[in-house]
Amino acid sequence: MSVFINKDTKVLVQGITGGTAKFHTEQMLEYGTKIVAGVTPKKGGTEIAGVPVFNTVQDAVIETGATASVIYVPAPFAADAIMEAVDANLDLAICITEHIPVADMVKVKRYMEGKKTRLVGPNCPGVITPDECKIGIMPGYIHKKGHIGVVSRSGTLTYEAVHQLSEEGFGQSTAVGIGGDPVNGTNFIDALNAFNDDPETEAVMMIGEIGGTAEEEAAEWVKANMKKPVVGFIGGATAPPGKRMGHAGAIISGGKGTADEKIRVMNECGIEVADTPALMGETMINVLKNNDLFDKCKTH
Amino acid sequence: MNIHEYQAKEIFRQYNVAVPNSKVAFSVDEAVEAAKELGSNVTVVKAQIHAGGRGNAGGVKIAKNLDEVRQYADEILGKTLVTHQTGPEGKVVNRLLIEEGCDIQKEYYVGLVMDRATSRVVLMASEEGGTEIEEVAEETPEKIFKEVIDPVSGLTAFQARRIAFNINIPHELLGNAVKFMMSLYNVFMEKDCSIVEINPLVTTGDGSVLALDAKLNFDDNALFRQKDIVELRDLEEEDEKEIEASKHDLSYIALDGNIGCMVNGAGLAMSTMDIIKHHGGEPANFLDVGGGATAEKVTEAFKIILSDDHVKGILVNIFGGIMKCDVIAEGVVEATKQMGLEIPLVVRLEGTNVEQGKKILDESGLNITAADSMADGAEKIVSLVQ
Repeated sequence: MSVFINKDTKVLVQGITGGTAKFHTEQMLEYGTKIVAGVTPKKGGTEIAGVPVFNTVQDAVIETGATASVIYVPAPFAADAIMEAVDANLDLAICITEHIPVADMVKVKRYMEGKKTRLVGPNCPGVITPDECKIGIMPGYIHKKGHIGVVSRSGTLTYEAVHQLSEEGFGQSTAVGIGGDPVNGTNFIDALNAFNDDPETEAVMMIGEIGGTAEEEAAEWVKANMKKPVVGFIGGATAPPGKRMGHAGAIISGGKGTADEKIRVMNECGIEVADTPALMGETMINVLKNNDLFDKCKTH
Repeated sequence: MNIHEYQAKEIFRQYNVAVPNSKVAFSVDEAVEAAKELGSNVTVVKAQIHAGGRGNAGGVKIAKNLDEVRQYADEILGKTLVTHQTGPEGKVVNRLLIEEGCDIQKEYYVGLVMDRATSRVVLMASEEGGTEIEEVAEETPEKIFKEVIDPVSGLTAFQARRIAFNINIPHELLGNAVKFMMSLYNVFMEKDCSIVEINPLVTTGDGSVLALDAKLNFDDNALFRQKDIVELRDLEEEDEKEIEASKHDLSYIALDGNIGCMVNGAGLAMSTMDIIKHHGGEPANFLDVGGGATAEKVTEAFKIILSDDHVKGILVNIFGGIMKCDVIAEGVVEATKQMGLEIPLVVRLEGTNVEQGKKILDESGLNITAADSMADGAEKIVSLVQ
């Protein structure tokens, strides 16, 4: 088991003929992901890396039975691409694209109401279930199969966390990058909820950063509902207020969204928060020991 | 992206959001000329900088005649204003807004923001105009009223009315207030704003509802479709190094410390600043070279870091995923050679092609300190700059 994706997930790639998408399609195929189709308007009938290309998502779904989509479409057209995936009733749409106007995402979220598709992202590295399925842009080889769920707003910081876990011998069930944008699809609570119900996952690493109050809300949810230990880290303790730190969503505004406040609430809700990014793995290991999960989670 | 108050008011006029008559002036003579043309009894001389709190810093003066306009314009132009939003170094005033005075009856607050929690635009208003909204939220949160806006219907008249009643706008001005808010919402949506703040919104003796001040903030990600907004950018208001970085598609923010950082990914870049601080150092900047950095981009990043005189050492922290470590290493070596680097450089590489990357650094013969982990890198650079 795992969350959101597994070895049977049939993936289509929106915007597959672009340079980045082409590269990552090859990488995903190499990892073993079942890429069954690509979509680029007017390129239907062609092939990329042996994958058939269709003009519309609907065509691709009818022909191949794809259940998930990964979106590499450029920002000005990405919102439309997400809605096309939602319209085709896919289970999952993972949007890698960065720099989508926030007003477009407001419309997308409204469009998604009452529809079945789960959106992950935008502006995220994607989702990976080690040894089964990799959807996105993360380096596959750092991930090892195991029992730690990872959910994060940041790409490279997730790689750092996963690397620390794998080096110490603790594989992951699934790693979910929810993205750095202020308006996104799947949030911390959605991911934590899924990990809570996943029998393979024994503990969760939750990586947040400054801006918004998603971490605080998730912490309250953890306190009320989570049956498994959660370890956290928050990036941006030294970030000045009022400045956007790379991610569109990473900004302290009106005194809200500071790292201190997030860490305070997380601690209050029983989440152990690593003091530095170098201690993410170590903090998890200590928590596993204290919860008698060390042996169960030690995978290699 | 931010713009000046006078530019915001120009946009408001195009969208029928009521504002007092005003003109921009770049010199004392232009200020006097503008006041003459406005012909009002009282004229307000307002410093135009990208920061709030101008009034308390002496950047807003009320002139009763043209001589006073001249006097105040002369005083404020070229002056460095230090407000709670400028930082201690302040901002130099290069532009003035010359505005007709109005007979203010009462001050209110009206704002539109992109609300993360609801993924919707939210209209916020309060009777406590003139005060910082954060302060009102802290002390008297019951005085702030909100309407969450459905993007399909847009702001509806009943929502605008409800806000107007809640903040006690006089009933005879209800129509004007509703029209004001509906027009303001159109500005927000059509111009891809992230914040619109009117503080204060005023009612006047002659029955107008006016934006006395105007703060507009735009979504940087939408600027590709807002060409006329991009033209309003005032480079003098921005950090030179940040402008240079944006030309090379690098995400850079200047800070006060002395350890320059070059990192890939925003989250890792923030965390690198944090870990430097944790080990007793002070980061000089935030710098995300992005996922697809090339050797040239790394070189540009180094140039920008080194153009800050305060930088006494550099920490490079790369987790190569898509970005390969050998490519980064080549970039670092190339940049170091070009720049003739004379300050300590610590490089931590991890991820794809890390061995090739480390080999390139070792064989370069350059004075580069290798680090095995983030913590090791932070410790090494902190001790080297001390």
